[in-house]
Amino acid sequence: MTNPHRDPSATTRIERHHYDVVVIGAGGAGLRAAIEARLAGKKTAIISKSLFGKAHTVMAEGGAAAAMGNVNSRDSWQVHFRDTMRGGKFLNNFRMAELHAKESPQRIWELETYGALFDRTKDGKISQRNFGGHEYPRLAHVGDRTGLELIRTLQQKIVSLQQEDKRDHGSYDARIKVFAETTITELLLDGDRIAGAFGYYRESGEFILFEAPAVVLATGGVGRSYKVTSNSWEYTGDGHALALRAGATLINMEFLQFHPTGMVWPVSVKGILVTESVRGDGGVLKNTEGKRFMFEYVPDVFRKQYAETEEEADRWYTDPDNNRRPPELLPRDEVARAINSEVKAGRGTPAGGVYLDIASRLPAEEIRRRLPSMHHQFKGLADVDITKEPMEVGPTCHYVMGGVEVDPDSGAAHGAVHGLFAAGEVSGGMHGSNRLGGNSLSDLLVFGKRAGGHAATYVDQLAARPRVEVSAVETAVETALAPLQRDTGENPYTLQQDLQAVMGDLVGIIRREGELEDALVRLAELRERVAKVSAAGGRRYNPGWHLALDLRNMLVVSECTAKAALERQESRGGHTREDFPTMDPQWRRVNLVCSLDGDTVRLERKPLPKMRTELISLFDRAELAKYLTDEELAEFDALAAADAAAAEKENR
Amino acid sequence: MGTKRQFRIWRGDADGGDLRDYTVEVNEGEVVLDVIHRLQATEAPDLACRWNCKAGKCGSCSMEINGMPKLGCMTRMSTFEENETVTVTPLRTFPVIRDLVTDVSFNYEKARETPAFAPPADLAPGDYRMQQVDVERSQEFRKCIECFLCQNVCHVIRDHDENKPAFSGPRYFIRAAELDMHPLDAKSDRKEYAQAEQGLGFCNITKCCTEVCPEHIKITDNGIIPMKERVVDRRYDPLVWLGSKIFRRGQVPQTFVTSEHSPGAVRSHAASTGVHSHAGGSHDITSETQAQQGVNWHREVPHPTAPAVDANGRLPLTELTFDRAAAPSPFGDDVTFPLPPEHLNFAHPEQDEKKH
Repeated sequence: MTNPHRDPSATTRIERHHYDVVVIGAGGAGLRAAIEARLAGKKTAIISKSLFGKAHTVMAEGGAAAAMGNVNSRDSWQVHFRDTMRGGKFLNNFRMAELHAKESPQRIWELETYGALFDRTKDGKISQRNFGGHEYPRLAHVGDRTGLELIRTLQQKIVSLQQEDKRDHGSYDARIKVFAETTITELLLDGDRIAGAFGYYRESGEFILFEAPAVVLATGGVGRSYKVTSNSWEYTGDGHALALRAGATLINMEFLQFHPTGMVWPVSVKGILVTESVRGDGGVLKNTEGKRFMFEYVPDVFRKQYAETEEEADRWYTDPDNNRRPPELLPRDEVARAINSEVKAGRGTPAGGVYLDIASRLPAEEIRRRLPSMHHQFKGLADVDITKEPMEVGPTCHYVMGGVEVDPDSGAAHGAVHGLFAAGEVSGGMHGSNRLGGNSLSDLLVFGKRAGGHAATYVDQLAARPRVEVSAVETAVETALAPLQRDTGENPYTLQQDLQAVMGDLVGIIRREGELEDALVRLAELRERVAKVSAAGGRRYNPGWHLALDLRNMLVVSECTAKAALERQESRGGHTREDFPTMDPQWRRVNLVCSLDGDTVRLERKPLPKMRTELISLFDRAELAKYLTDEELAEFDALAAADAAAAEKENR
Repeated sequence: MGTKRQFRIWRGDADGGDLRDYTVEVNEGEVVLDVIHRLQATEAPDLACRWNCKAGKCGSCSMEINGMPKLGCMTRMSTFEENETVTVTPLRTFPVIRDLVTDVSFNYEKARETPAFAPPADLAPGDYRMQQVDVERSQEFRKCIECFLCQNVCHVIRDHDENKPAFSGPRYFIRAAELDMHPLDAKSDRKEYAQAEQGLGFCNITKCCTEVCPEHIKITDNGIIPMKERVVDRRYDPLVWLGSKIFRRGQVPQTFVTSEHSPGAVRSHAASTGVHSHAGGSHDITSETQAQQGVNWHREVPHPTAPAVDANGRLPLTELTFDRAAAPSPFGDDVTFPLPPEHLNFAHPEQDEKKH
């Protein structure tokens, strides 16, 4: 039997579907959005690039941050909000940080009603653990596989909704359907409104068209553009690129989080993360001289909260109320930078990392109990027994803070498009210039729910359904088939390696003006080459073809990152400029907004929204002084004086 | 630093294919999935293979390496001899899509059939209270990364495609066990469901699933066996059985002679409320109902449970070398006699005569 898929031009059959809401991405944010849209009565499709339940969310180990106050009752949403803003160096969209801090406890508790089983406290509540940047123990966790628990729970909730639909409507897929191993390559518009989405089944290579008035992007991040990354093949910035091409805008794209402790040895597992809870549970960082070096890297803004001696730091694990935190628990970028400096100073291992030692700090049995999958992973992958020897770790591209510029309350994309929503890593603003560990899982739930709910509301308010234009579908088909029809272009894998080299070497953890300019030149060259990429083989499950299509997305997102990184002349959170090593309060007031003008990335400056009075009053003046301009501080003082006067008046 | 190593990889699709030889460079510390990626980047760009996290956390890169079901990302090249040819084939139990990618939709269908967690009606979100020791039993099963290696290796379906409709497989037995052990799950018939609908009785505890589990979940010992034991306790303990006949009349399936409308049949209440079946229960409700109505020579006879075997898959020769007292029952350890009368394919010659 001959296979019709061998010849790419033989068939352009397109399967059509009609939905109210199409959710692109089946990780935590996507599934939560889909659940919400379905609960609002909307016919919902979930597009998953991989199999259902394999999303990148499973990689999150530490936990989900929510101020439930189960372990320390002094915790509250205000403290969580403060920590989040601090972690993001005050560049966060304050409203998103506020909603996130307020709503995450409900979102976590809700998961229990879906069947999640978190670790417990003695009195039977959800246990919460310490984590870098969080003032109190705040992360709900399940050993070190919290992400897996979250994804499985949401997956099973969707199954339970499908079972209801089977009972009520006779079919599991009546109101919510998962399209596994399906990739969306294009969003389709009717004027400035979303009309649908076009893509292909990986399995068969057949095309699929969704006609839907609302699309929720939940596609995750962009890490595959980097050489050393913890991200899977899916993380090619699809949602970022789809949004740009549909007329939406991206913000904060210069901020990428390099996880300070990824495995650097052995080579095959380079990039795999070692959870921060190893440090939260007592693990310490040492250089090749055996020195616990983090004490030398505590920045002034944090000096008050962190221990100065090893003795004080060690006391903190058992008596956190009377001692300051160990510097190993500094925010991630500080730790990443410290490791980078140690390695550059020649005190790193041959593989370019430092040692993370928990073996000498806790009994073997305790390590196995607290970090079971960590132990299992190292033993299985590297034959390293973390209860006996230290781990070898270094910075790894992990998370992109930047993403689709959204309305904080609804997740609706800004820019020139309606009906487009974004949640999770693909959206920007929530984490500012740096994300605290544990905030991403709760981010997925809080804003996933919001985006799904608001997408449903948007559909309700539409007077007429937007229509998909035939010509747009034809163009999408042509673009998708092009790499298969060319046989003169380069291999997509080579192009990806070249792109990863440019981004890793020139737009990596430490950046310089000259290198960034160089990167832009090289990206422009790569753009020419990517436009001519060719993929061997047929349409059926052809990874080469899939990568060829993803490259386009990776490239445009990389351009945004490089441009924004060149523009922002300061160092803040996930953006470190060697030539501008300090934070600049003037730059704190600026968001860099990327949009697409034809094929070129356009960069604009946009003022940051101003924090409301009751929120800014949650901070110490001394702390604000480290971030705000004199002008903003004067304004804050005036507010404080007015408050004091009012209070005095009341007392009299 | 790299050495050349020999690989044989199955290439093809649903229409057929064959093993192809490749010589690949392998570096220190690499795993099989690294080698597959190198092949994709060089001589076989369209080699189809699933993968995601490359860290043993997502369960995507399941394949058979030298005949053993494994995760490609967790199989270190250092576990092979340098001159050893490494053979990589797709999972055998599921239909091939292309190369190393198989159609695993069977598993998702079974997942959809398994009743979901039933939240307790009287607890608001945030009010759930559970002890760590109680959640840990279910947590073990929730470690499952759904790599489906256990499903692939299970001989009930590995070589018997015809068993698939009636058999959910180890992955979904531990899902049922997990819910059964969930401290707050409001449904109380998980075990019975596993027995009646998931085909738990097919399992004869060869422990292959436990052996291949990359998460080291004790699927058989902690999941399947406790489920079987408790089903057996409840159903076949003679006292429980007798008690149910005496004290809970009307709540359990009862045989009785029907009135004139349907002569020749013995009916059971169970036909309308759910079907009571014995070990190895057929998935097919109709045939079960027929079985309970008397003689029907065309009915599907439920599969008997195979006897317990030792670690080598053999019947033990002597009880001295076996882990339980007395010789094992050739009917399987979860079947005891007498069988409940409604399970016998038998109709009394006088059953159609009117009662006085």
